[in-house]
Amino acid sequence: MTHFRYEILRTLRNRVFYAITLALPLVLYYSVASGQRNGTFDGTAFPLYFMTAMAVYGAMYAAVAPGARIARDRSRGWLRQLQITPLRARTDFAAKAASAYVLALPTLVLLYLAGASLGVRLDADQWLELTGLLLAGLVPFVVMGFILGYLVPVDALAAALGGVVVLFALLGGVFGFQLATSGPLFDVLKCLPSYWLVQAGKTTLGGGGWPAQAWIVVAVWTVALIPAAALAYRRATSRV
Amino acid sequence: MTAVRDTNPGIVLSGLAKSYGPVRAVRGLDLAIAPGETVALLGPNGAGKTTTIDMMLGLTRPDEGTVSIFGVPPAAAVQDGWVGAMLQTGSPLEHLKVREIVRMMASYYPHPLAVEEVLRITGASDFAGRWTTKLSGGQAQRVRFAAALVGDPDLLLLDEPTAGIDVEGRRDFWQAMRAVTERGKTVVFATHYLEEADAYADRIVLIARGEIVADGPATEIKAQAGARSIRATLPGVDVQALSALPGVRSAQRHGDAVLLSCSDADAALVSLLTVFPGARDIEVTGGSLEEAFLELTAADADASRQRTEAAR
Repeated sequence: MTHFRYEILRTLRNRVFYAITLALPLVLYYSVASGQRNGTFDGTAFPLYFMTAMAVYGAMYAAVAPGARIARDRSRGWLRQLQITPLRARTDFAAKAASAYVLALPTLVLLYLAGASLGVRLDADQWLELTGLLLAGLVPFVVMGFILGYLVPVDALAAALGGVVVLFALLGGVFGFQLATSGPLFDVLKCLPSYWLVQAGKTTLGGGGWPAQAWIVVAVWTVALIPAAALAYRRATSRV
Repeated sequence: MTAVRDTNPGIVLSGLAKSYGPVRAVRGLDLAIAPGETVALLGPNGAGKTTTIDMMLGLTRPDEGTVSIFGVPPAAAVQDGWVGAMLQTGSPLEHLKVREIVRMMASYYPHPLAVEEVLRITGASDFAGRWTTKLSGGQAQRVRFAAALVGDPDLLLLDEPTAGIDVEGRRDFWQAMRAVTERGKTVVFATHYLEEADAYADRIVLIARGEIVADGPATEIKAQAGARSIRATLPGVDVQALSALPGVRSAQRHGDAVLLSCSDADAALVSLLTVFPGARDIEVTGGSLEEAFLELTAADADASRQRTEAAR
């Protein structure tokens, strides 16, 4: 429990990072969505669409954030120090994943408030459903953060994490346009967890929730990435 | 752990070997350490001390041989919280205060010591509220010591714990260490400071080029090397002639002063006075650990050179 507490404390004390995950999507949201209050996009009201998109954007940064901490700990030799304590690796993973969600949740709530201020109206259970879908869809990104944290040198890590988030955000339709709405490219985009994260607002409003494909995409990414994370961890902790 | 200690097999390294590519860092190391012993692994840089400690911690897998910590493999001993270590790397975490980091380490162990007590013993109380990134080198070293100690491990492994610390800091560290070893812990530390090994270890294991070249109490190692030296004032003498004297291994001249490093100081003294009756201010000094160290590690170098040549 102490380990959980301090992992979360370390996350929150990284104020600059915290401020960016909160402020960046909020600023983008108001600057883009306030001009399109009555617009529609992708078959849904623009404020709802873009609220979800920006919540996803900020939450993705929060999700990969443990990667940054892992890489710094690794470069400081702390990973080796942890290896020679009775702390189990999976307890450490769980604490770091929890800290990612602690960072992600305020971003979601803040964007919900911003959305509501621009006329987004959902029932209480719809807000909860949306939150549930977003938290579930973030799992692959938490694992990606771990992989990069254990593999990428610390001085290249910010670029790697930022690149992954921006790339997935772009392909998932976070920035207010989609690269394709039909054809083979669209089929590829629909295999990305970020696509379904952005779709969560629309599907929640439609009342249908995520289609099976969304759950399969998120599950497959997670299941495929976890062994990669395990390998990355083993590589980082074993000396040749 | 108390129940285990009655029949405690201590620490046993047998046939330990590790290579990094063509570099044979550790070559066939056998060592048994009894519970409660304080052992110094003494050797020059690159002797294989860190590799040996990493293998004792299970951080590095040996190519050959085994490590047993109190009867179990290193990973199991670590898992049970029997081992605490100060690695050469491992600077304190950011976004945490000193007290927090020690408290966090304590939470990993089944029976930790009281955090405030550990901060006091290690001399970290004064800056316990400071951010870990705002510490001097000596303070960071105390924090790492506190972190290694707080789990109340039975075995403390310290890899050059005082590297980069000033003389006063080193003395404080070892004073704190004494307080800890009095509690019956087994301590193994790597160092290249001879005076540290001499002053604080019950037993010195001298390592050079991945092998043990001497093992015993400091006094025994000095005797084993048998190094004694003779100093004298002897103006205008030929160093070559001094070196050729019986019992003299090597000779140096600094102005009018000569220094003879001897394999047999008695014979050397007799021949010196016979051949150079003008020698004055003669002084015979007992072997220092430093001389023993140099002699034993050099002897090893000669031996490996001979091996290499024989192999050709």
